Amino acid sequence: MGDTMTTYALETQSVIKTYTSESGTINAVDDVSLQVAAGEFVALVGPSGSGKTTMLSILAALLQPSSGKILLDGDDLAGMSDLERVDMRREKIGFTFQANNLVPYLTAVENVELMLRLNNKLDKAGKLRARELLARLGLGERLHNLPGQMSGGQQQRVAIARALIHNPSLVLADEPTASLDTERAYQVVETFAGLIHEQKRAGIMVTHDLRMCEFVDRVLLMRDGKLVQIYAERDEIMELARGGRH
Amino acid sequence: MGKNLSIASYLAVKEVWRNRGRFLLVSLVIALITLLVLFIAALGEGLGNGNREYISKLDAEVIVFQAKSDYLIAASRLGRDRLAAVRRVEGVADAGMLGTASANLILPEDGETLKVAILGVEPGRVGEPQVVEGQQLSTDLAEEAIIDSNTAIRSGLGLGDTLTLRVTQGTQDEFFSLEIVGITDGQQYSLQPSVFVPFFTWDRIRPKSEAEVNSSNPIANVILVKLEDPAQLEVVSQRLTAQVNNVEAATLKTTIQSLPGYSAQQSTLQTQGGFTLFIGILVIGGFFQIQILQKVAQIGVLKAIGTANPIVAMSSIIQIVVITIIGVAIGGLLTFLFSLTFPPTVPIVFNGTTTAIAIAALLLIGPLGGLVSIRYAVRIEPLKALGLSS
Repeated sequence: MGDTMTTYALETQSVIKTYTSESGTINAVDDVSLQVAAGEFVALVGPSGSGKTTMLSILAALLQPSSGKILLDGDDLAGMSDLERVDMRREKIGFTFQANNLVPYLTAVENVELMLRLNNKLDKAGKLRARELLARLGLGERLHNLPGQMSGGQQQRVAIARALIHNPSLVLADEPTASLDTERAYQVVETFAGLIHEQKRAGIMVTHDLRMCEFVDRVLLMRDGKLVQIYAERDEIMELARGGRH
Repeated sequence: MGKNLSIASYLAVKEVWRNRGRFLLVSLVIALITLLVLFIAALGEGLGNGNREYISKLDAEVIVFQAKSDYLIAASRLGRDRLAAVRRVEGVADAGMLGTASANLILPEDGETLKVAILGVEPGRVGEPQVVEGQQLSTDLAEEAIIDSNTAIRSGLGLGDTLTLRVTQGTQDEFFSLEIVGITDGQQYSLQPSVFVPFFTWDRIRPKSEAEVNSSNPIANVILVKLEDPAQLEVVSQRLTAQVNNVEAATLKTTIQSLPGYSAQQSTLQTQGGFTLFIGILVIGGFFQIQILQKVAQIGVLKAIGTANPIVAMSSIIQIVVITIIGVAIGGLLTFLFSLTFPPTVPIVFNGTTTAIAIAALLLIGPLGGLVSIRYAVRIEPLKALGLSS
């Protein structure tokens, strides 16, 4: 089959993250192997304590696994120094978080341009791209607004623009709809999914809200640190999405 | 490095500008600390200057005291026989008697009095200050005076005027009139404006006890000595002590340190200044620490998206330095404006060196106070800051 020939943007191999405490040793992530191709949008779901946030942190190069490999464009994040991981986060990874996403003293366009500035890519074309991306996200009139002058949904859309502007290989979203009402949540995730597909990024979204799975290509279910099920068929994903919150 | 500095400056300036009200408030706190520190420094300089001005401007290297007078000018008594002996010592270029006393100068306008130091000096000898206007004293017995600029300002007297001194001799108040022949620059002594008179005139008009009134033997307080070679200070001082009977020799610095209350006063003011700076460090440090604590999530986001630690640290340092410079500049301006409103009787002197040291210390309080907060900012873990840690 063609699967063996696929080059994945992201691939993890037997990732384990172990925490040791007085009560014993816990595998927060337990032998997780997954692959995400460029242009694929994946949801990582599971109950609280299932290890999905720890897994996201490892994929984001914010946390070192105890063992295993995380290959991003072929480079193993697990074998990198702290400084190299900072470089990877800046150059190859895009982020949106639950809240406090934006730098409060920078306007919407400045927040987006910050990623280009950090990557030394802030030229005329970059500035134009930042404005166009924000306009596409419906924020053409809000370019010079500070985060405090925007709604939660608008802030999330600015964060999405910031996560995509520097052409990262991997885009990660941690509960991007947690602080939004249902209508805004659908809009944000739909837009996010559309851009990931269009720009051929590998996207992973951690969410409690299974309704948002409607817009993803695959759903990875974690429980007790393990990847226990993968939903890849459209029907089963839609059925899961209709099930509501996890 | 250049790229990091550019991004750090961008973030620092944007944050300061978009929160200018809050940062201006901190600058104003620094400005008030600056005002306080500069005033304490100026007051210390003013008080110290008022005590030592004449001594520190002397064209002499050694001061000869009566033995065991603990280098206190007022406690020392030396007769003319010692002057002759001092002049004979090898290495002494010139020597002059100095007598010190206080008197009341009658102000010509309203008859009120101004307390002045009357200093008896030998015309043409070491100890007589150079006039900036008029002429030097003519003879040892002339009924002339040179007044310093402080006396001129505070009395309204000028060149050619006659000044009247009220002095108590025995049990009587005596009045003496002297012609002002010269005006010299600031030459305060014992926090009083000065009037210089020929030594023998001084001995005649100085306050005297009943026993001294009829004495004809003029007694000075100390002998001022100018050396042929100032590098020989130690050697000549030893010779003076060895060859002149019953004297001790001191440098100008030792004499100044021995002025009554001088050291205690200066150390008190220096301690006050030091404490003010210390409080400044704590206040500024506290502010920046609170600010960093409020920005933990924001710094976490910056780090999570790939902002390197040097950028986070440099941004904080730039903010602290900018805020401190603005605060010190405002404080300096306020100090200058306030100083214009003070009357000449307030002993405030803005000495270039002292002010420069105070400003340098003030510029350091921000970075010093902010050190802890910068360290904290650098150690913020994006995982914890963003609530992603298990």
